[in-house]
Amino acid sequence: MAKKLMKGCEAIAEAAIQAGCRYFFGYPITPQNDIPEYMSLRLPQVGGCFLQAESEVAAINMVYGAGGAGARVMTSSSSPGISLKQEGISTIAGAEVPCVIVNMMRGGPGLGNIQASQGDYFQAVKGGGHGDYRCVVYAPSSIQETVDLMPKAFDTADNYRIPVIILADGLIGQMMEPVELHMNPNPVLPEKPWAAQGWDPKGTRPRAVINSLYIETEDLDGLMTRLNARYDVIREKEVMVEKYHTEGAEYILCAYGTVARVCKAAVRILEENGVKAGLVRPITLWPFPTKEVHEVFAQESVKGGLTVEISNGQMVEDIRLAVNGIKPVEYMGKGGSVIPSAEDIAERIMQMRRA
Amino acid sequence: MATVFKKTPVLTDVPFHYCPGCGHGIVHRLVAEVIEELGIQEKCAGVAPVGCAVFLYNYMNIDMYEAAHGRAPAVATGFKRVHPDKYIFTYQGDGDLASIGTAEIVHAAHRGEKITTIFINNAIYGMTGGQMAPTTLVGQKTTTSPLGRDPEHCGKPIRIAEMLSTIEGSAFIARCALNSTPNIIKTKQAIKKAFQAQIDRKGFSMVEILSPCPTNWGKAPGEAMQWLEDNMIPYYPLGTFKEV
Repeated sequence: MAKKLMKGCEAIAEAAIQAGCRYFFGYPITPQNDIPEYMSLRLPQVGGCFLQAESEVAAINMVYGAGGAGARVMTSSSSPGISLKQEGISTIAGAEVPCVIVNMMRGGPGLGNIQASQGDYFQAVKGGGHGDYRCVVYAPSSIQETVDLMPKAFDTADNYRIPVIILADGLIGQMMEPVELHMNPNPVLPEKPWAAQGWDPKGTRPRAVINSLYIETEDLDGLMTRLNARYDVIREKEVMVEKYHTEGAEYILCAYGTVARVCKAAVRILEENGVKAGLVRPITLWPFPTKEVHEVFAQESVKGGLTVEISNGQMVEDIRLAVNGIKPVEYMGKGGSVIPSAEDIAERIMQMRRA
Repeated sequence: MATVFKKTPVLTDVPFHYCPGCGHGIVHRLVAEVIEELGIQEKCAGVAPVGCAVFLYNYMNIDMYEAAHGRAPAVATGFKRVHPDKYIFTYQGDGDLASIGTAEIVHAAHRGEKITTIFINNAIYGMTGGQMAPTTLVGQKTTTSPLGRDPEHCGKPIRIAEMLSTIEGSAFIARCALNSTPNIIKTKQAIKKAFQAQIDRKGFSMVEILSPCPTNWGKAPGEAMQWLEDNMIPYYPLGTFKEV
């Protein structure tokens, strides 16, 4: 299919439909309203259902109900709305129900602003809701990459029965880029015999109980052991990372999402000035590319690194854990939706070089 | 020998965990019998609440969900939108439905969501140990209204059936009680009508059931039934509030 100029939110919505998503439950919040708006028109055309819920809390519980009924289901929101969904995300994780959640991050805390931000890294990657669980978190840096990740997001959710978060900053949702969609009018979806769908007492399928309550200690321990084993497989198999000009580099930039694109421009500026720099861009924030980041920094050529974020420094903690003290890692960024320029980033590396 | 009574196959063989004199066991059986009599066991799912009936999923021989506190109508909505040809009910107490889950129940009714809600009103929080509910009567002592509910401080009890009957999307709304055999029979009839409203795709249906909680009311089972009759029924009138 030829490339088409599309707004990020609309491209994501269409990509979800092409990935077999037929159910969407959501609540309006800026800057992601184009997703529910698009879904409200498109889903009925493909035999699906869009429903505007009374709240984010209700929306995520509808997602739980639909995902537990075996459907490919999605919700989207932006930071304050994602906070409201956390009770449901924790329930979904504990009940082992697959779903996809898009967060078009805006500035916080509280109501913050409606500009792009990366302030929800901790919330998405480290938990968000209560209890001991993980979500797979994809952090695309372009509309094309987001579209490419959507089928993978739904497959990962189904394969591991886990909530999957697309963690994008508001820029991804609001900008327009040429994009190639992967049209798939009849997606083949996996069987879900565990789902609630009406139970035949004479049949072979066990009765479905979609549940996150395990009142006996040994039963909850059983869930935790099962989840942990699954998380280990995900850590082993699902890490995605882009390494850009890292081989033999002197300085390593670390960034995800839109900021990583600015960092690529900074790498080119530095190279033009005779400084060998590279970029490590985690595409999965959980599982985090710990081993890959460490390997890049372990190169003899590397003197240090700089993590750039539209936050007061969140991913930098995971980068430092990965680097484990073998090289210095500095942080650059701002919390208030201020995106550093390529020139500023390059200048910061030059300063580190002079120090 | 002729069989005069048989447990419905829609109930599992797991023994109920309820206190002596609790109404949940009666209502579980009524719901299960209605599902059997309507012949919808294989097409029906249920949503258990947070509250004393949290283990409903162990007792019903159908596909079940457990929902977070108050969220059962939203969970049922998700199921129903995926399987519009199947049936689903939520089973909720007064803390669940009338306090933390008011938004979910009001909007399920408002959408005319084709689901059925069984609402147990026992005027108290049972599982957490007898705290005040929105349905606690004026003057009623609970662990968080130790001197009795003071309407100046926290209002008067909320009448859910009346409220939901004003919503356009509701198709069948009734209030029943478990205080006598005739009323238990009426409760079953109302539950059947509520499920029938869902089967006929008329809209949202709910049966509110006044039910005793002897343990947290600090009464013997017999006294609790009498207290329900003397105190709850005058404030919460029985009857059908809406039938489309």
